[in-house]
Order: sequence, then structure tokens, then C-alpha cells
Amino acid sequence: MHATSTIDKPMIPSAVAPTRSFTRAIEDIRQGIAQRELWAHLGWQDIKQRYRRSVLGPLWITISMGVTALGLGILYAVLFKHPLQQFLPYVTTGFIVWNFINGCITEGMSTFVVNEGLIKHLPAPLTVYALRTVWRQTLMFLHNLAVYVIMVAIYFGSLDHVYQMDRQNGQFHPGLGLWSFSAIPAFFVLALNGVWLTLLIGIISTRYRDIPQVINSVIQLAFYLTPIVWSPDDLFGSGGSNRTWAKVIFQFNPLYHFVQVLRAPMIGQHVDWWSWATVGGITVLGWALALVAMRNYRARVSYWV
Amino acid sequence: MVSIDVWNASVDFPIFDAKTRSLKKAVLGKVGGKIGTDQRAPIIEALHDITLSLQEGDRVGLVGHNGAGKSTLLRMLAGIYEPTRGTAHIHGKVAPVFDMGVGMDPEISGEENIIIRGLFLGMTRKQMEKRIDEITEFTELGDYIQMPLRTYSTGMRVRLALGVVTSIDPEILLLDEGIGAVDAAFLDKARNRLVDLVKRSGLLVFASHSDEFLMELCNTAIWMDEGHVRLRGGLREVLTAYKGRDPYENMSPETLARLGVEPVVPDAHARA
Repeated sequence: MHATSTIDKPMIPSAVAPTRSFTRAIEDIRQGIAQRELWAHLGWQDIKQRYRRSVLGPLWITISMGVTALGLGILYAVLFKHPLQQFLPYVTTGFIVWNFINGCITEGMSTFVVNEGLIKHLPAPLTVYALRTVWRQTLMFLHNLAVYVIMVAIYFGSLDHVYQMDRQNGQFHPGLGLWSFSAIPAFFVLALNGVWLTLLIGIISTRYRDIPQVINSVIQLAFYLTPIVWSPDDLFGSGGSNRTWAKVIFQFNPLYHFVQVLRAPMIGQHVDWWSWATVGGITVLGWALALVAMRNYRARVSYWV
Repeated sequence: MVSIDVWNASVDFPIFDAKTRSLKKAVLGKVGGKIGTDQRAPIIEALHDITLSLQEGDRVGLVGHNGAGKSTLLRMLAGIYEPTRGTAHIHGKVAPVFDMGVGMDPEISGEENIIIRGLFLGMTRKQMEKRIDEITEFTELGDYIQMPLRTYSTGMRVRLALGVVTSIDPEILLLDEGIGAVDAAFLDKARNRLVDLVKRSGLLVFASHSDEFLMELCNTAIWMDEGHVRLRGGLREVLTAYKGRDPYENMSPETLARLGVEPVVPDAHARA
């Protein structure tokens, strides 16, 4: 197509979309997903790397999760006077789900910064690095799932029927059943959110290096504000129902809904329809924001890292 | 069709340091008056108004002083830096070889590193697994290929990187200098493979300070100076203008023989 152009005056080809366009942003994501072998390999390598030369290897992920969940579960069951056979699986599952979300946020924001060398030396879609991060978190989640399986196997008898975690005025939970398999699509939705989040906060944190510090200082607080080591029942437990305002307020925490859609089916708990609605809404909104960020700043990331 | 078209492209780097990024300065700057009026980060113009068109079969050498923009130009041609002004269109599978060490993990074996690097260069896992034996043989690493990369010497790492790059079939090959750490015997072997690779690839851009390498791999050249294209033309002509003397003058007779050139009598071409 340039046969007639001279060496010093090439024609401006019009067929290719300009740098700042949704076409290029979507192309980046599409090509990133297509390089599945690359990011899957890198993500798995990250896990192996972390536990290289240790005897138990990635099994340490499972062990440390088991120890933390058991310790915190027993502590808070005693503090809030909950029955252990239902509260321990609750804390364990909540902790596993939280770890995935927390990992997507804290490692997502440094995705591009830690891959600086690769970004500056090898041309690859930015999405590859985001998928590498989310895939690594997924693998960690799968390792942690072993703790969940053991916990549910032990306490299955207490979870397979209608139950209450707070005997007096707690929420009634339907118990484990076939509907519990809705945890599988729920996890996919969470991972899908992990990708947009990584792309969006990855780009912002590359440009403004204060943002990771801000997120780091808030995330610990978010853990305690989200019902993970405590149950929503505790908000109006022994104090009676005069604390309904508390129930309204914690619903505004989007992290609660993300934890809930995955945790609830895993331990047979009740999940409100608006939890799914919130998660769905955030998924759409988040991807829209991430696409805009990718359109405007995708090409700037290699300049900023 | 393999081609690179660059039209009026500029690459500007914003320099964010602690001072310009600091919130404190932004707040206090308001009190002081005129000093803090320029809120934008300072900019380095690494490339300025580059226009060039490369077609299949072009073998271009890049020469110029340190900091002239050679590496930045290569990265722009690789698609890593999209120009801040102007456009750059690259058609073809790009294989950049800039830093031999990047994408290499010191904790994993040479073999695994070969696969990862291959994946980055657009190959599949299966394709790379087939090439491992060939690469092992070429690099002469033997059983070291199973050892973690941290046990390798610098030269051994370069061997590995060269082995991977020269085993693939890129459409656009971009080489930056840095093929210096290997011993002479291996360099001879690597040279043959590089020449072979360049023949296989559709388009080559090669930044180097070595006249010998440039003469062997390229036929045209671009002289970069302060982010501009200072001169573009035949390799010998550009090298003569850049160095102020004919590149053939200082070469050993063996090198000249390999390049297939008659020995040059000093001063015959001097100050062209």
C-alpha cells in the first residue's frame, strides 16, 4: 500500500485507529485475553516463586489461612457468643473471600509498577499484567479453598438445614443445598471485577504514587467495617432492634455485597437480591470506568512507570 | 506485509519527581505568588518530529551518541512508546532485543526462562518446547540449562538470551547494543546465527557502536542526534559522516574479507 511513497514522506495510513480510542482499548483487552498461555504461566510462576526452596511450597498458603481462620474464628465466636459450628465456617469462608478481594486491590494497584521492566522492554497488551495479577489471586484462592472444604466437611451437619447464627433474633439462613453452586458464577463475577479494578487502579497508581499509600491505609479499616469476623446479627443482637440504622448504614459498604454473594452460598446463608444488584451495577460501572481509563491513558503507562 | 510508517512522531517524557508530585508544594505554592505557576511536570523531548518509512527487506543501522534517542526510537518502533504527537504504524510481529536480562527470572531454570521469553515474543509453549534442545545445543550450556539462572555468569545469560531470540522467526527484528559480554569463540558462532536470523526476518533495525557489526547486518543507516534524524542514507556514507572517517579504514583484513570488501588504502576515501 506504500509502494509509491518515497522513503522520507510516508502516507498517513487512515485504517488504523488513533492512539486514544475505544477500539485500541478493547483491542488491548482482547489481545491480552488471547495471550492466555503467557499470563497463566506468569501467574503460576509468581506463586511458585514465592515459595521456592521451601519444603511445603504453596501449601504454606493453605496452612497460614487455616491457622488465621481458626484463631480468629474461635476468638470472635467467644467474643460475640456464637455457636462455633456455624461461626467458624462463617469466619473461614469470609476470610478466604476477603483475601481474594484484598489481593486484587492491593496487588492490583501495583500491577504496572512492579512490571516496569517488562513494560519498558517487551511490547505486550497491558491487560496481560492485569490478568497475571488476578490469575495469581485466583490460584491463591483455590489453595485456600482446601481450608473451606475441610471446615465444611467437619461442620456439614450444622449447615445443611435452616439455621440461625444468633439464636434469639438472628437472620434465618436456608442452609446448604444445590443452590450453593451459585458460588461458582459468583466467583467469576468477582474475578471479572478484579480485572477492571486492577486495570483502573493500576493506571491511577502508576501516575500518582500516593494512591497506593492511601488505599493501604484504608484497606485495614475496611476489613473491620465489613462483616467478616463479625456477623450482621451482632449489630442488633442483645441490644434489641433499636439499632436498625446500623443495618442500613453497613449496606452502603460495597465490599459487604461482594463478600456476601460468594460467601453466602458457600455456607448456606441468606443472600439479599440487592446484594446481587449492587454487585452487578458495580461490575458494569467499573468496566465502563476502566474502559475510559484504558482509552485515555493506556499508551501513557509505559511513559509513567 | 511488513512495514513501519512513522509520521511526524515525537516522544516526550514527563519527569515526575518528588517535588512536582508533592501535595505540600501544591498547597504552599498558592501562598508564594508567581513561583509555582507552572504546574506541569518538566518534559524531556526524547524524539522530535521523526518521519520515516521502512519496508520489507530494509536493514537499518542506528548510530549516534549516547542519549541521541536510539533506544527510544527502537522502543517507539516496537510499539512500547506510542508517540505523544504524530503517528507510528507498525505492521508485523515485532521481536525486540533490548535488555538481555529483562523477562529473565534468576530463581527458575534456564529452560523455564526460555519458555517465558518465547511466550513474550509471541510463540506458544509447544513451539518453545520443541526448540529447547536446539537452543541448549547452540548455547553450549549443557546440564546448566536445568539449573536456576542465578548460577549463570553474565556471559552465560547473554548466550541464553541470544539463543532464544535467534531461534524464532520474527517479522520485525529490533536489536539494541549489548551483545558484548560473550567470549570471542561464541561471538563468532552468534554472529553467524544473527546473520542468519536477519536474513530470515523481514525488517531489521539495529542500534550499535560497532562498525563491524553494522557493516555485517545492515545496508542503510540513520544517524540520530538530539532526538532528530540527522542523516539517512547508505550505511558507509552515514558512518563516514558520523565518525569523520571511512569505516573500512580501521578494520582488519580478515573482517574485510568476511564482508567481501577490498582492503581500503588509508586516505583514499578519507573525509568523504
